[in-house]
Amino acid sequence: MAHPILNVEEVTKTYDGFKAISTLNFYLYEGELRTVIGPNGAGKTTFFDLITGRAKPDQGNIKFGPSDAPSHDLTALNEYEINRLGIGRKFQTPSVYSEHTVWDNLVLSLAGSRGVFASLFHRLKSSDHDRLDELLNLIRLSDKRSWKAGQLAHGEKQWLEIGMLLASDPKVLLIDEPAAGMTDEETHRTGELLLSLAGKHSLIVIEHDMTFVKQIAQQNTITVLHQGTVLFEGRFDEVQENPTVRHVYLGRGKSK
Amino acid sequence: MSIVNPAARILPSSSRLRIEIGVIAAIAAVVLIVLPVLNMQGVVSNFTINLWGKYLSFALLAISVDLLWGATGLLSLGQALFFSLGGYMHGMYLMRMIGDLGQYKKPIPDFLVFLGWTELPSFWKPFDSFAFAIAMVILVPGLLAFVFGYLAFRSRIKGVYFSILTQALTYAASIMFFRNNLLLGGNNGFTDFKFILGYNLLEPATQRGLYIVTGVVLLLTYIFCRWLRSTKFGLVQRAIRDGENRVLFSGYAAANYKLFVFVVAAIIASVGGALYTPQVGIINPSAMTTDKSLEAVVWVAVGGRGTLLGPILGAIGVNWLKSWATRAYPDQWLIFLGGLFIIVVLFLPGGIVSLPKRMAALFGFHGTKREKTTAAEPETETATATAIETAASIETTKG
Repeated sequence: MAHPILNVEEVTKTYDGFKAISTLNFYLYEGELRTVIGPNGAGKTTFFDLITGRAKPDQGNIKFGPSDAPSHDLTALNEYEINRLGIGRKFQTPSVYSEHTVWDNLVLSLAGSRGVFASLFHRLKSSDHDRLDELLNLIRLSDKRSWKAGQLAHGEKQWLEIGMLLASDPKVLLIDEPAAGMTDEETHRTGELLLSLAGKHSLIVIEHDMTFVKQIAQQNTITVLHQGTVLFEGRFDEVQENPTVRHVYLGRGKSK
Repeated sequence: MSIVNPAARILPSSSRLRIEIGVIAAIAAVVLIVLPVLNMQGVVSNFTINLWGKYLSFALLAISVDLLWGATGLLSLGQALFFSLGGYMHGMYLMRMIGDLGQYKKPIPDFLVFLGWTELPSFWKPFDSFAFAIAMVILVPGLLAFVFGYLAFRSRIKGVYFSILTQALTYAASIMFFRNNLLLGGNNGFTDFKFILGYNLLEPATQRGLYIVTGVVLLLTYIFCRWLRSTKFGLVQRAIRDGENRVLFSGYAAANYKLFVFVVAAIIASVGGALYTPQVGIINPSAMTTDKSLEAVVWVAVGGRGTLLGPILGAIGVNWLKSWATRAYPDQWLIFLGGLFIIVVLFLPGGIVSLPKRMAALFGFHGTKREKTTAAEPETETATATAIETAASIETTKG
């Protein structure tokens, strides 16, 4: 397959003696949409924490190696440095600036300088305005641009955060449970959005809702995490039919 | 909530700004023109002008607290320290201007003679220059804030821990300044000032001049902070207050932003202190105790946290009340202050500046009462929550 943009090798992370991540090996290829599933406590969120610099691994390597830019050892960088390389993260509970308007939320996320002094004299260019309008259309919040983000419904906040992620034009998007709190229709639209992003961006999506997983996984690979390590990797049907996976995960009646 | 008309959300903010500019222009006209003119004609007493000069320098302290606490979510209890440092730096110049007119008729400050010095300590010498003293008013607190802030924000010290640390810094500094061997007047600090730039400080005209300068500095500071708020920097600042994690994961080095605000706030407080000293005529270590920082927090809370106009009104209003209450009921003042804080936290979390909006909502002036109240709800809730949280954190730090 293509070039791996994210290499996670032999990574272990322990919290107070509990192995949240245990000798994990994971490769994400450029343009891929990968879905990660696993029961509660499988280490999915810790996995994102390790990639984005919120937590440091006890052992192992995490390398970011896009084909068009120099590669970096992510374990040596902090949150904002990793984000500047082009790795964006959407949190499980929508994390938006509730006292800012939808518009300002996006302005803050727009790709560009992040320096203190640059921010003092920052002006939006007309191309920025176009980009913001385009994003507002995409996340269907055009008519709510002057609303405070705190006033949006849960699903709208999720969309806003996805929009914020896209505004920074990242190479890799890490998306934690995007469909939580959404109606079926919204969930479906979210799935379509994510599918449309694959190819241009590389994505890892953590999800519980199996209908949604089925929609976005299609011909893409699903990684099943269990007790901090990869239990199985394969297509949706293979995952569904695998007896070990059925035992630890689907076997508990999670399959819809 | 989804019935709120988005257009209704833009309108109030722009008209609110227009009202605020109007209020500021009115205050500026009264403070900078009407009062001085009335003073020259003998209608307003010199005492009143002097008192208002003090209120205005306190307003600068309040702005510095608001810039940190209101706009960035950093409750600093060290602002009284920066205020005092400004007072001391300017005070050193004023002490030199006494010349040999002190009690001991020696060319060095009295307390140095008392300590057995016959010559001026070398670090005092450059303070003969007004320009040097003013440079120090900016540099000393700025540098202290930079070093302290760099260490604190790098280590990601947040919330109540940051408050406690700034309180500890202030406490340590006051102990240091109480010592005679620091050669800054010890317990008594600096007083008995005589001249500033050749003008006699006891002349009403000099005091009036200082008062006007304070008013102008306050106005310029207000305009600067308004501008800062309108920039992308201001957006990041308030984003840090409401979701620091998101800021970090959006590529912003939040620590650098906080450091910048902390340094700017320290300088604003220091300039306030530098203007306070010649008008009040004394600066000593009791000005840098934590109570003073806490008092400034109360001014901001009473005026309206994070509103810029509120803290100015709060500082003037509460101090005006204090001037009256300490004369009328000297023993009950602290109870007044505590009561005021509790009332504001419980019943008016948005402070004085939220009163008109509250009234409008209460009596349904605009015929859009329902829309307004629904829209205001989440805001008021968070305001109450933060106010209570702050009250709690002040409680813990004070104990």
